[in-house]
Amino acid sequence: MNRILDRQVLCPAVTLLKVDAPLVAKKAEPGQFIILRADENGERIPLTVADFDREEGSVTVIFQVVGATTEKLNHLMPGDYLQDFAGPLGRMTQTEGLEKVCVVGGGVGCAIAYPVTKKFFRQGTHVDAVIGFRNKELAILEDAFAQNSTRLFPMSDDGSFGEKGFVTDALKKLLESGETYDEVIVIGPLPMMKAVCALTKEYGIKTVASMNPVMIDGTGMCGGCRLTVGGQTKFACVDGPEFDGHLIDFDEAIARNAQYKEFERHAYESTCNLFREVK
Amino acid sequence: MPNMRMDRNPMPVQDADIRRCNFDEVALGYTEAQAIDEAQRCLNCKHKPCIAGCPVKIHIPEFIAEVAQGNFEAAYQIISRDSALPAVCGRVCPQESQCEKMCVRGIKGESVAIGRLERFVADYHNAHGEKAAPAIEKNGHKVAVVGSGPSGLTCAGDLARKGYEVTVFEALHVAGGVLVYGIPQFRLPKEIVRREIEQLKALGVKIETNVIIGRTITVDELMEEYGFEAVFIGSGAGLPKFMNIPGENLKGVYSANEFLTRTNLMKAYLPDSTTPIRKGKQVAVVGGGNVAMDAARCARRLGAEVTVIYRRTEAELPARLEEIEHAKEEGIVFKFLTNPLEILSDDEGWVSAARCQKMALGEPDASGRRRPVAIEGAEEIIPLDTVIMALGTSPNPLISDTTKGLDTQRCGGIIVEEETGKTSREGVYAGGDAVTGAATVILAMGAGKTAAAAIDEMIQTK
Repeated sequence: MNRILDRQVLCPAVTLLKVDAPLVAKKAEPGQFIILRADENGERIPLTVADFDREEGSVTVIFQVVGATTEKLNHLMPGDYLQDFAGPLGRMTQTEGLEKVCVVGGGVGCAIAYPVTKKFFRQGTHVDAVIGFRNKELAILEDAFAQNSTRLFPMSDDGSFGEKGFVTDALKKLLESGETYDEVIVIGPLPMMKAVCALTKEYGIKTVASMNPVMIDGTGMCGGCRLTVGGQTKFACVDGPEFDGHLIDFDEAIARNAQYKEFERHAYESTCNLFREVK
Repeated sequence: MPNMRMDRNPMPVQDADIRRCNFDEVALGYTEAQAIDEAQRCLNCKHKPCIAGCPVKIHIPEFIAEVAQGNFEAAYQIISRDSALPAVCGRVCPQESQCEKMCVRGIKGESVAIGRLERFVADYHNAHGEKAAPAIEKNGHKVAVVGSGPSGLTCAGDLARKGYEVTVFEALHVAGGVLVYGIPQFRLPKEIVRREIEQLKALGVKIETNVIIGRTITVDELMEEYGFEAVFIGSGAGLPKFMNIPGENLKGVYSANEFLTRTNLMKAYLPDSTTPIRKGKQVAVVGGGNVAMDAARCARRLGAEVTVIYRRTEAELPARLEEIEHAKEEGIVFKFLTNPLEILSDDEGWVSAARCQKMALGEPDASGRRRPVAIEGAEEIIPLDTVIMALGTSPNPLISDTTKGLDTQRCGGIIVEEETGKTSREGVYAGGDAVTGAATVILAMGAGKTAAAAIDEMIQTK
């Protein structure tokens, strides 16, 4: 059981939880993830580490309410306990030796892009951050990015936050103006990562995408998180979660991620109804 | 005078038509009268070949003699000298290729039903036996066990009985390893696993769940920072193998590990489980081992018509005989000498069929089994909506990647000295599937036992 130390609503659908997990905090690095269960009969879900404090022994995760489990998580308050919190899992983001990078975050993916950006910034790498949201209401972590990046390029679909347009528009503008990067790191919804990877491929810039497929154990046992990368089957939990974005079969990943859509919709609706009844 | 009847007492089972709709245990267990009658079939022969067939060398004729006298608790005490998990082994051991294979009664007639008697004795003890654990004097030495499956639990139990302070680290949220996530409820009720684990805890074994050795804590840290004098790695088999054929990542294709984990660990078969599972109508399981049988029978219970696709013939099926029989009784269809070439999909990317190659048996291969060879031009399309790949696993890389100086085979299995379980790292031992790749519960237990003895000797002679 792990105690929730802090909770912040970042925007209407996105919540931050700071969790007491000293063993995980001791080892966590940007790019890694944890597996949690909200309650006794809960499912195991992976969430990427958004921040950690080794001294305090805390790990922060940020999640968007998309289904029954995240809905349940969203009702937990400081002082409540999570049933399980295991990690850190996966490989950490490779930041060594990179002098100039661009981190591209989309939506709640920015929660994962943030610790990576911060790590680059603190080690002295030139880091441009492009963050995109649908609109101003859904924008998160703007200040945190501003303080931990060399340059920040906020974007929104409707122009209510930063510039109007997609993250690919901002990145394209940078690349067209002659900017070059040792690496682009992209974290966000699959179609957005696919679009960014297609763009950087044109410019021949190495791009790393952080994948978040369906997982159960997260430790290299079930094989549910498999992806095709460069024609080979890879497991996001032990081989990833970051892969060469130019080699990932995104269409397959998009299809596989939709496998339980119907089940999840039912589960989500009945969970919401349950909370409504309780109220 | 022994009971000279040729055939063994049949195991009472749930009716096939009823059990294929539930997850309750299939085999119901002997009554006391059946157990005594079966035990009296043992000749208590002089050379006791059955013991040689047992990987943990249970004193089989001795315990059976007690059963024949109706001294069931005494029989349990004899078994528990050598086996930490009799209620489990009585249910999942492949007895027909071990102890029972060696039984003299099997030469003319059926061998004594040793496995069923073991199960009876363990269940009797659990229902009636003394619960209080014996007081054990601690010897002050600390040993870490990685993984709470059969090898880890056995190693932990043996060491705890010798006075060691044992901590078992488990990556998942419950202890039991494959006994919990892999083997289904209808073959091994989880209450039994839980009880066996409670007995270990009563011996003083600590179990830490949600700790992934190699990530949360490394093997080096266990020894240097946490003060464990020895580490036993029983982390089990790892990533599922696939066939590398087109269509394997379509929607509706599972590894057996994933399908079984969703079903057994996450209880996806219960209506209130929050973990989803695809309840297919036409399911194919590719493979012929125990895991394939488990997956097929789970899919059947979730409401599917199930076909097992296997590239050799029935004679080569590696699964336990009883599982194959039970699967057939439950209406599972076997397609032998058939090998998938491609999984086909519908317009939305879901599995729709498997295109399969018909095979014939050729010359024996390295394993001594006749190698299946393709029959040119003979193909078959099997309509399906779900495919479960049960082709074995390759070892998990988490520990070997993060432990310096731990030598592994090219395929990833940890290299050990067979007589001791010693690895290339001082103080580090290993056993079970992490060493051998996918094998049986009892072999893993045997390895845990061997390592426990070697760890004890290493520490005592230090």
